[in-house]
Amino acid sequence: MVEDVAETARTTSIALDAVDWPGHLAGQHVDVRLTAEDGYQAQRSYSIASAPEDEHLVITVQRLDDGEVSPYLTETLVPGDELELRGPIGGYFVWREALGGPLLLVAGGAGVVPLRAILRHHRAVASEIPVRLLYSARTGADLIYRAELDGHDTIITLTDEQPPEWDGRTGRIDSAFLAETAWPAAERPLVYICGPTGFVEAIADALVTLGHDPSRIRTERFGPT
Amino acid sequence: MIALDGNAIAGDLIEVFGVDLTAATCMCASCGTSGFFAEAVVYMRGPGRVARCRACGELLFVLVTIRNITCVDLRGVVGLQPST
Repeated sequence: MVEDVAETARTTSIALDAVDWPGHLAGQHVDVRLTAEDGYQAQRSYSIASAPEDEHLVITVQRLDDGEVSPYLTETLVPGDELELRGPIGGYFVWREALGGPLLLVAGGAGVVPLRAILRHHRAVASEIPVRLLYSARTGADLIYRAELDGHDTIITLTDEQPPEWDGRTGRIDSAFLAETAWPAAERPLVYICGPTGFVEAIADALVTLGHDPSRIRTERFGPT
Repeated sequence: MIALDGNAIAGDLIEVFGVDLTAATCMCASCGTSGFFAEAVVYMRGPGRVARCRACGELLFVLVTIRNITCVDLRGVVGLQPST
């Protein structure tokens, strides 16, 4: 581990100097395995937050209070410590420029992590493919990468609580929200949705109802395991 | 229990098959629907990780890891098409 950066009260980005790392594609994840002194092992998957072009491999970890792995990664791990990684993993929820667009990224909470890798990759290769991020978070304090996302075509909605000065959107991303903010179905956008299971399924269903081709929609669900 | 999807077991599948299968399509033995492995409905808790067909809900396959050996029972998969 090279560096840790607190993104929000509950999420931390961890930069790693991965030994023998073969390189990754934007959108992939990595499995982290911890082994206790008595041999007990726990393993979890984390999305890669960095672009393939970035200097370090970065994962952004959300701390679950009753978790086995995330409290260690976010609170105990310090620079210089070593982690056992398996990866990169995944060939489905990935984007490279040859896949085209226009690109619609839809994030629920920490689901923004692999989509940030896609945005960073898109920028690193100076892609001219239009890309837009729809990002739903509970409160302003839950927004990850906020400063970085400001420079992109990003539409943020805060569902539960908004800061007093908030002039952005509120409420969940639903059919009406998508009809207004997503690329129209006729433009055949390539869609990546990442978030908790209920979020992903609601958005995917709403997009299909709006006429989007299901084969152009890629999904990744996460949750405590 | 909240289901995830095939992305969540991609690492275990690589360990068994040696290649990434999330972008491969598999056909359900029960209803004949073909879908990406990544789109399977996957339950992570319990003695094994269980993957079900997103179209009909029937069992596709089960992964069980005991003493670091992962066994895969593909009884609900009749066709497997690698990604192109």
